[in-house]
Amino acid sequence: MTAYFSGKEPSFTVRLLHDRVYELLAEDKRLDGRTPKDIRKIDIKTNVIEKAEGSAMVSMGGTRIIAGVKSDIGQPFSDRPNEGVFTVNAELLPLASKSFEPGPPSQEGVELARIVDRSVRESRAIDLEKLCLIPGQKAYVIFVDFYVLDYDGNYFDPSVLAAVAALSTAKLPKYEVVNGQLEKKEETFSISLRTTPVSVTIGLIKDKMLVDPSLAEQSSLDTSLVATFDSEGNICSVQKNSSGYIPMDLLKNMLTVAKERTDFVRGRFTELVKVG
Amino acid sequence: MKEPVLIKPDGTRLDGRKPDELRPIKMEVGVLEKSDGSAYLEHGGTRVFAAVFGPKEMHPKHLALPSRAVLRLRYHMASFSVEDRKTLGMTRREIELSKVIREALESVIFLEEFPRSSIDVFAEIVQADGGTRCAAITASSLALADAGIPMLDLLPGVASGKIGGKVVLDLSELEDKYGEADMPVAISPRLDAALLFQLNGRLSLKEFDEAWELARQGCSKIYEMQRNALKNRYETYKPEEET
Repeated sequence: MTAYFSGKEPSFTVRLLHDRVYELLAEDKRLDGRTPKDIRKIDIKTNVIEKAEGSAMVSMGGTRIIAGVKSDIGQPFSDRPNEGVFTVNAELLPLASKSFEPGPPSQEGVELARIVDRSVRESRAIDLEKLCLIPGQKAYVIFVDFYVLDYDGNYFDPSVLAAVAALSTAKLPKYEVVNGQLEKKEETFSISLRTTPVSVTIGLIKDKMLVDPSLAEQSSLDTSLVATFDSEGNICSVQKNSSGYIPMDLLKNMLTVAKERTDFVRGRFTELVKVG
Repeated sequence: MKEPVLIKPDGTRLDGRKPDELRPIKMEVGVLEKSDGSAYLEHGGTRVFAAVFGPKEMHPKHLALPSRAVLRLRYHMASFSVEDRKTLGMTRREIELSKVIREALESVIFLEEFPRSSIDVFAEIVQADGGTRCAAITASSLALADAGIPMLDLLPGVASGKIGGKVVLDLSELEDKYGEADMPVAISPRLDAALLFQLNGRLSLKEFDEAWELARQGCSKIYEMQRNALKNRYETYKPEEET
């Protein structure tokens, strides 16, 4: 039963912090000197793990994620016989934070994996039909696994970046169908992504927004939302990812700000990741 | 299976509904004997039972909080509720949905009225036909009200989305599967705020505005039905004589 509840208690210091962060936001300031819409420093390194088909290490401020891509040959899902299979897994490693514990994945870990999964899947960045070899029988199975290595708030946005960076630089072993049989080739191929999905997390304190909340800010938020946009500016995935409520009149503003900030993050991605 | 045409030439949907039309909804409060509060909901082909136990002493004790009750919620689907038998136990999807539904409900319950206790909510989907998380919220909030737990508001839930190029309300399973976007929400009419908000699939910001307006209208209709279901139960309700 422990897996289905949240045991956070708003302590006295958290309430003080809540008020302090709000006061600062009213003056367009934040605890770490950022303005409300600033995103922490983004760094992306790809091909950091030789044994993986693709990999990336991403940091956003003090939060660090490592992602790896592995592939295999398997059977397509029966309801999608012409498509390859794409799965995402996440783990909040105990070494990343004293609040992460070893054991089966927490609700938070599952939610993170599924948000990253939907961000990539719903943006239709991967052409899954190209990953099918023999319809109904053989297809590439792409595993994107990532781990939170260091946690200083907002693991969503760097995780999406890490997954997309690892995927877009991955080199998969090539198979060909010869007389109905699969033959492994010497060469490799890249999954060329059709769009670059990027997410932005926005916290809310009363009527004030803050983009990319740090750990210190996160505990004082009233609520928060993570939104993913594709390169064309379409929404691909949104999730209110904590307790609390979002007043109607603020929801649209939050999405508009998220969209605007994804352009900045995508700019950093293009700068740092050499695709192919 | 061939992809079905979701919007017919006359603008109606597979089941004959208009774009802004809800499926038939039936709800009943106080349906399970042993729970402290319960509700049953049919929303199109989706059927869900919800039950509440508590507020009661928290077990295990170390999870109790001195300043408020802890809400625990399990969203679960029966193995036979879907086309291909669902494996037993909690899937990753169920774990995620339990989290977001709990987060929606815990923001409208006066948890601080019941320190050191737990309130356990179970939402069991016995048949799934799209919109199950929203149905689970609608039913759970009725069950909480039935249990007499003080709340800021009832929570109606419904999805809107985009199918066959058109923004519509209340997606069925087929429409969700073959449609372009699904946006499940739960809205408190009293707070005028979103308590659950998810969106999967591609939507422009303009289409989002449309979808949001439909969801808002849908929620206020379901809200009325929730209030009526509670009235039906309690207007004529006579507590049993103590023996």
